[in-house]
Amino acid sequence: MAISSKGVMRPGHVQLRVLDMDEAVEHYRDRMGLIEVQTDPQGRVYFKGYTEFDKFSIVLREADEAGLDFMGFKVESPEVLAGLRQDLIDYGCKVEDIPAGELDGCGARVRFDSPTGHFFELYAEKEQTGKWGIPNLNPDAWPEGLKGMQATRFDHCLLFGGDIDGTSDIFIKVLGFRLAEQAMDGDMRIASFLSCSNKEHDIAFIKHEHDGRLHHVSFWLDTWEHVLRAADIISMHDISLDFGPSRHGLTHGARIYFFDPSGNRNKVFCQGDYYYPDHPVITWTADQLGKAVFYHSRELNERFLTVTT
Amino acid sequence: MLHQIDVPSEQSSFSCQSGLSLLVGMERQQVGASMTRYIPAGCRGGGCGVCRIRILSGSYTSKKMSIKHVTPEEREQGVALACRVFPEGNMCIVVLERSEARAPDNNC
Repeated sequence: MAISSKGVMRPGHVQLRVLDMDEAVEHYRDRMGLIEVQTDPQGRVYFKGYTEFDKFSIVLREADEAGLDFMGFKVESPEVLAGLRQDLIDYGCKVEDIPAGELDGCGARVRFDSPTGHFFELYAEKEQTGKWGIPNLNPDAWPEGLKGMQATRFDHCLLFGGDIDGTSDIFIKVLGFRLAEQAMDGDMRIASFLSCSNKEHDIAFIKHEHDGRLHHVSFWLDTWEHVLRAADIISMHDISLDFGPSRHGLTHGARIYFFDPSGNRNKVFCQGDYYYPDHPVITWTADQLGKAVFYHSRELNERFLTVTT
Repeated sequence: MLHQIDVPSEQSSFSCQSGLSLLVGMERQQVGASMTRYIPAGCRGGGCGVCRIRILSGSYTSKKMSIKHVTPEEREQGVALACRVFPEGNMCIVVLERSEARAPDNNC
């Protein structure tokens, strides 16, 4: 059972806008090491991490600007989906029903807006094609033939916007997420990290003057050695580097940040704290923000805090 | 082949290799590096709008850049993102404020 008290299991997919599909496919497939699943009739390209059972988790759409179209969460059942749809309407969200099959292999989706200008979705069903190269019966440890950074799975997004308390309130009150960690500037919350699972964050928000912004899409790697190897691949292919490899104070993840060819920020990371619903909220104060973001250098970096798509 | 990129507003110039964008060319210039950081570097992929410039003269090719940071009208007036402009000869540019500075979505 999901730890979310309302039956939300996990981040399930994200649809990103890219400026050039060929460059983006090369990046996500050959550098990140995601598995290319298919191209749909609209020209969107689907990917997944090799450990993911569901058919896809990353969808790329070619557009005139970079950024996030929407982030979707998988819930436990169609009954849960119907209940949460009504709860979102009752809360005051604008809800749009997206029919099954609009994303190939995905069931009906319930899309809703938020005070920070981001669009989110819930869905209960997605075709399960299984882990890539690993059977369900007597599975080996990992598949041969993985490329690049060998990203194992989509993990979370960090989003920027104005009213982060407003959007967090929907996730907490309607969807059953819990506030695991926060950063406070006096009485003002400037970052909230929310969990629907054992992970320290399944989605995070940072206060920013522009709404609807994507800070990063994050992927899980198993070890610090994999993170260092990802850094090597970033140098080998002159991928635009943001920061790292290093550690966060917030959540204590060890990671490296870089940009896809359209400027969407990616993160690959390992380690980090775990979460249970009885844990107290962890707080970082504004005077320690350098350490919270860059645990080793302890100096804030303007690009990290202001560059978004 | 090296192209000279004049930045009169900074009373300076830098050299940019063929095949590199103006932004990455500037970042690669090692001699006098501390003097050649006046184009701010963001995502380097045409997505974030940090490295906005106006091109005053010179020939170049460019790649697609996010329309929310450079509108089609601005493109016609020579506005571009330095990470998406590839010089084919000497150029003259002005560094602009990032588009972010123009119109915040809210007042937080």
